[in-house]
Amino acid sequence: MHIPYTKRTLANGLDVLVHEDHQLPMVAVNVWYHVGSKNERPGRTGFAHLFEHLMFEGSAHHDRGYFEPLQRAGGLLNGSTNADRTNYWEVVPTGALDLALWMESDRMGHLLPALTEAKFTNQRDVVLNERRQNYENRPYGLAGMASSAALFPADHPYHWLTIGSADDLRATTLDEVQAFFRAYYHPGNASLTLAGDIDTEAALALADRYFGEIPAGLPVAPVSHEAALAAEVRLRLDDRVELPRLYLSWHSPAMFAPGDAELDLAADLIAHGKTSRLYRALVYERRVAVDVMAYQSSREMSGIFQLIATAAPGHALDALAGVILETLAAVATDGPTPSEVERSLVQTEAQFVYRLQTIGGFGGKSDQLNAYNVFRGDPGYFADDRARYRDMTPGLMAAAVRRYLVDAPHVALSVVPRGAEHLALPGSTPVHVS
Amino acid sequence: MSRVDRSALPSTEAAPAFRFPRLERRVLDNGLEVRALAHHAVPVVSLVLLLPGGSSADPADRPGLAALTADLVDEGSGGRDALEVADRLARLGADLDIDVTADATVISMTTLARFLEPALEMLGEIVMAPTLADEDFARVRGLRLDRLRQLRDHAPAVAERAFARIIYGDHPYGHLSIGTEAALGAMTAADVRAFHQRAYIPQGTTLVMAGDARHADLLEAGVRAFAAWPSGALPLDRTAALAAPPLVPAERLAIVPRPGAAQSELRIGHLCASRDTPDYHALLLLNTVLGGQFVSRVNLNLREDKGYTYGARTGIDLRRGLGPFVLQMSVQTEVTAAAITEALREIDLIRGAKPVTDLERDLAVRSLTLGYPRGFETAQQVARSVAQLALHGLPDSYFEAFVPAISDVGLADLTRVARHYLDPSRLVTLIVGDHESIAGSLRSLNLGEPAVLGV
Repeated sequence: MHIPYTKRTLANGLDVLVHEDHQLPMVAVNVWYHVGSKNERPGRTGFAHLFEHLMFEGSAHHDRGYFEPLQRAGGLLNGSTNADRTNYWEVVPTGALDLALWMESDRMGHLLPALTEAKFTNQRDVVLNERRQNYENRPYGLAGMASSAALFPADHPYHWLTIGSADDLRATTLDEVQAFFRAYYHPGNASLTLAGDIDTEAALALADRYFGEIPAGLPVAPVSHEAALAAEVRLRLDDRVELPRLYLSWHSPAMFAPGDAELDLAADLIAHGKTSRLYRALVYERRVAVDVMAYQSSREMSGIFQLIATAAPGHALDALAGVILETLAAVATDGPTPSEVERSLVQTEAQFVYRLQTIGGFGGKSDQLNAYNVFRGDPGYFADDRARYRDMTPGLMAAAVRRYLVDAPHVALSVVPRGAEHLALPGSTPVHVS
Repeated sequence: MSRVDRSALPSTEAAPAFRFPRLERRVLDNGLEVRALAHHAVPVVSLVLLLPGGSSADPADRPGLAALTADLVDEGSGGRDALEVADRLARLGADLDIDVTADATVISMTTLARFLEPALEMLGEIVMAPTLADEDFARVRGLRLDRLRQLRDHAPAVAERAFARIIYGDHPYGHLSIGTEAALGAMTAADVRAFHQRAYIPQGTTLVMAGDARHADLLEAGVRAFAAWPSGALPLDRTAALAAPPLVPAERLAIVPRPGAAQSELRIGHLCASRDTPDYHALLLLNTVLGGQFVSRVNLNLREDKGYTYGARTGIDLRRGLGPFVLQMSVQTEVTAAAITEALREIDLIRGAKPVTDLERDLAVRSLTLGYPRGFETAQQVARSVAQLALHGLPDSYFEAFVPAISDVGLADLTRVARHYLDPSRLVTLIVGDHESIAGSLRSLNLGEPAVLGV
């Protein structure tokens, strides 16, 4: 099981990856820029994502919206920004591949002449509304900001979420946007994948034709920050919610680092779905929680392991925390059972296969190839990635749970209904996030 | 290397005609119809069981019963308890999804192709032999009541619920599938068992199987798994959904107060059409121009020009019975009235003062047709699409006929359906937002004082 590909690096530094899949008469175009909110600084948070919006508003030779010509050609397109990278993709009928490449290359090479104050102001307002919709006006919507801010020091770029602060977004100027483009949006900091109904050599030639003339930029220095938690932190956030929810967060290994796959599988074992230990204990048997989940969110500099549980009516978060910490201790001592390991092997195999079902979009094969290329320098990492999970042992998982969770301090954030402070963990300090 | 001509966008080449994979079917003696399609991209099989009883089949005094039943069928079956069922599915790498819509209960399972037989066995067990025990009922009902309570704080859910109530009143489409707190509180395990007996029957039900296997093998496996399913004695009455809902809505302007909210969650619409309308393709095209895609009039105006919202869109929810046309968006509180004015204006303009242009029609036709194959990439997409054919009694040729049918819609058709199906005088505007801070500005809409609703 793998994703066959051909890789070529153009003279200007752009990595081009091609994967053939002729099932449908469509091609996925996927561009990653190795820049995200980790490249921002305090006072200018939310910048990378706001910039992503501007990439859809026109470039020098097509100074109009990017959606119209691509939708007219039957294409689907979108983009996204996270802490570590920004991606842009189109899935187009094979006959519109030239169009997609023309447009992607025009905004990579010629964005700035088309960038105006009016576009900038409009998209800043759109992003402020995105923030209101997905964070401010959503139950528990500010919990992620509060947790990250407590876990990372103020100058660490994982201290803030990619959406950024509203004040910072308002303070950003067009000059800064231009400088950002020059620093990060160039071929040497990008990776282009074409996947689908194409011939490899023809696709490589097309990529060179459209992107080859874009000048190379200056190398981007890697960002490096340290973060550690000295002792447990207990916080309380009052929100417009009916039921209190507990967020436990730990520092965890970076993406692909030792311990990363261990904690990913541990998250499943402990709190993913009805087969997990905490679903059984908290939701099914004791009925003190209505839901529980956990995930290892690994990123370039370091990861966050997070465990989230919502209390059932009439229960305080303290009752949940006790069971959660006992369960973690049990896994650290005994590890998963052979039967649990066997089950997770099948589940991870299935998840790897399901990822091969689409050529484009978020998480499709083209996105996957770019992820491996940008973060590992090896688009063929699929097999090694799978091996990390296939070769897992109960001992490795137990050791990771002990080292990173049981023996390490965490941030415990209680999000409680306004006026129900007593449902928070004892000793929690109130925090305000906006 | 030749230099790129950047004086104009490159032209695009014509796409090949869309071909839908061959579909084979078998009807069992008990009435179940099995449809199979080979889909060899990856070693995966997707099963979709379409039971033609959704939330509109809820008894009038039991809104939420269909969804509660659907939630319970995988909570113990064939002698396994809830956790054993989940464990068995996990060991097949299976993803199980149960969705209750207004018209149907759709049970989907995707699994690795080598587990086709045991996955079918589990699907059969869940559908035909769920335990539906009293204690599981009590636990699951409790979780759904807690969920309902949580949804009181979720503005989009509050809006969906209030809007359905206003436009449908007591019609079977007037409630969300999750039901109400009062009804869930009054339900018993016996209600669930009775509903299961009537709704989970082979007559009228379709099993779609798509994946990495031969047609014959898929069909035979499907037949083996469900041959022993006894026919139901008393099928559900599905005609209630077809009853005519009130033509005039209870309110024109209504607000559910959400003090201090950063945004107003909006729904603007009215009852519009049913899935069997002969104007289906024209309506789809009209909606695409008005608010069905990023470059629609509504989104370009309210997001890309005004910056009032992260996104605005319209949709026509075409069901067996009459479904609504709805414009939805979440806008910054201060611009609520201005955003509503713009939205109402766009709906009005497309009916006459600013009809769909040739350029807009062309864009929408190309957008809907050239990218059409994209919707059939995964086994699950294919299986779900075929299940929709079954729900609405559409022919196997439907997908291949789609592109020509869309392309045949002309400007005159678009103007006709805009006038016929959109009616500004019946539009209902619902706001979930900070009543106090926007009350004054709402007067500029000239829609009268808003009715103030509870959550």
